Amino acid sequence: MMDFLATIGRRSLATFERLGRGTLFLLQVCARLGFLFSRPSLTLVQVWAVGVQSLVIIGVSGAFVGMVLGLQGYNTLVTFGTEESLGVVVAKSLCRELGPVLTALLFAGRAGSALTAEIGLMKATEQIPALEMMGVDPLRRLIVPRYVAGIISMPLLATIFTAIGILGGYFCGVGLLGVDEGAFWSQMQLHTALGTDIGNGVVVKSIVFGAVVTWIALFEGFDAVPTSEGVSQATTRTVVNSSLAVLALDFVLTGLMFD
Amino acid sequence: MARRAIVREPVRPDQPRTGGGGNAVRLAVIEMPSVMQDPTHTQMPHDPLVTLEDVSFARGSRVIFDGVNIEIPRGKITAILGPSGGGKTTLLRLIGGQLEPASGKVTVFGRNVQGLNTAELFAMRRRIGMLFQSGALLTDLDVFENVAFPLREHTHLPESMIRTIVLMKLEVVGLRNARRLYPRELSGGMARRVALARAIALDPLMVLYDEPFAGQDPISMGILVRLIKQLNRALNLTSVIVSHDVIETASIADQMYLIADGKVVESGPPATMKSSATPAVVQFMQGLPDGPMPFHFPGADYLTDLIDGASP
Amino acid sequence: MKITRTMEIGVGFFVSLGLAALLMLALKVANLTSFGNADGYLVLARFDNIGGLQERSAVKMGGVLVGRVTRIDYDSEAFRAVVEMRIDPRFREIPVDTAASIYTAGLLGEQYVNLDAGGDEEVLADGGELEITQSAVIMERMLQEFLYSKTVKDENP
Repeated sequence: MMDFLATIGRRSLATFERLGRGTLFLLQVCARLGFLFSRPSLTLVQVWAVGVQSLVIIGVSGAFVGMVLGLQGYNTLVTFGTEESLGVVVAKSLCRELGPVLTALLFAGRAGSALTAEIGLMKATEQIPALEMMGVDPLRRLIVPRYVAGIISMPLLATIFTAIGILGGYFCGVGLLGVDEGAFWSQMQLHTALGTDIGNGVVVKSIVFGAVVTWIALFEGFDAVPTSEGVSQATTRTVVNSSLAVLALDFVLTGLMFD
Repeated sequence: MARRAIVREPVRPDQPRTGGGGNAVRLAVIEMPSVMQDPTHTQMPHDPLVTLEDVSFARGSRVIFDGVNIEIPRGKITAILGPSGGGKTTLLRLIGGQLEPASGKVTVFGRNVQGLNTAELFAMRRRIGMLFQSGALLTDLDVFENVAFPLREHTHLPESMIRTIVLMKLEVVGLRNARRLYPRELSGGMARRVALARAIALDPLMVLYDEPFAGQDPISMGILVRLIKQLNRALNLTSVIVSHDVIETASIADQMYLIADGKVVESGPPATMKSSATPAVVQFMQGLPDGPMPFHFPGADYLTDLIDGASP
Repeated sequence: MKITRTMEIGVGFFVSLGLAALLMLALKVANLTSFGNADGYLVLARFDNIGGLQERSAVKMGGVLVGRVTRIDYDSEAFRAVVEMRIDPRFREIPVDTAASIYTAGLLGEQYVNLDAGGDEEVLADGGELEITQSAVIMERMLQEFLYSKTVKDENP
């Protein structure tokens, strides 16, 4: 029993310690954000690696999620004779929740894990100590461009995901199931607000998710035990922790935004 | 790469010929002043460049150094020998300020490393080249860009000048024509030579070598031994080699230290070390399997362990 | 990693795609184009009860969307609700004796303002007020009235 309590205590202490170090890491990164402006090309390369390379998975997932929404939404709505509202269902659910959340989860799996593995391997192969010994601050040179690229890429990806998803829902609902095209768009337009649904939902949420997922990914990589085993564990932790963080944060943000 | 654009390209001399030629010599002169004006250069030549005074360091409960005193003389090759896992790499990191000693003082270029702030520390490191055991080349850059990396990070030199310097350094290590290869395409020995070219790219005062000979075939080992010796003389460097390869190290070192169990066991020129009668030195220099540094991991006696079945 | 032309083009494409998607969401999904803030003219109407009418609710004439509710307020002197609507400039010619009523789309649908064109020569100016209004139909009140009339009828046949 005492052992059990001791285990809990040890675990929570370790968790708090990591949280503290993670926060410190974030503060150090933020203090160096100015570096971004002296070397914008470094960030461009990272937007390529983090954003452009994730485009395909985001686009394909968006299309399928939208199509499923169209199909399921139609089946439910048609029982109440309100299938004209399909556009509203698709647009609202994508803009407010599915777009930003699913993009963030996919982003964590695709880009987050890659970032952790990259930084972790650089540490394991002594590249990070080598940078330090060359008098180059690895936080500035490696972490800042990647962090900024994550924050830039995430809202762009979420917007693309949402737009493709709505087109997918349109294709399924209007193209395949015969919902009236005019009703689909006009109902959607009537009930979707630019500020709340698109501004808060797609843009603000995805910026927050991007900042959190990239932070976790970079911290795990930078903090990884510099062995192949340590890097693989860190990569797993990135995906698990950032997915949990996204879902929990989504709840909080939803509560704050759409009361 | 906007920073580079700030510097106006000077009237460009003739296209740099392969190998450098006269152009390269002029560049070397341009590069030198920062080193020449260095106040430490004007000090007494016998004054050591790096001193460790009574340094102790522990990782967790494991004591790695316990009151170590080392002096690295200027312009010489100093070798630090010791068994694997004896904290030799730690020693280099203490000199580079990546780690802090638990007690004692590390002085580099006449300044206490612990007293430096981050900016001063980074400025100090720019004058130290370090060769990591694995080479530690940046895997997403090719050979040329790896050697150019410190120049791009720390100077505002125009592209043509960077090109000339990089080609000069690569020529020294014999890999000028491998400049478009990526680190994954290099053998271990070649990677280490590229790393050496990178370490000397900024014309440092001192180069630290971490196990430069480990895991090399005899040919690349020979190449590296010769390179270290030549570079030290030609560039008026101070070299610190951390190694466990006794023969190679002894062939080029001016001064040797043997570290065991966190202490300096013996120090002196290679000849003295070879003729030393201290058991630990004899064991290490001659590669005897058992001696003061035991073959068996310390613990329970063999016989007791066999009889006592309860112990896992 | 060195910057290549492919990367520059790729990132450019990515950013433009993102902005295009945002534009699509703004225009096609949230319908920013019609009845933007600058366009159209304002019309006021006072109702006894607006029911579930909200800002951004539709304003229709003969079933055609002509504008949106921009503001809902309460006039504490007249004890009536004030509804401000923005009408699309294409529908400039609305007679002054036009009647405004609050209808429900379908049985349980959204509420909207319906305008029934009058016959007057004079048309509404910017900021003009519709005098003839009819409040929203409140289901509870209708039921109450129905039950009341039923009881009265039953008591005095």
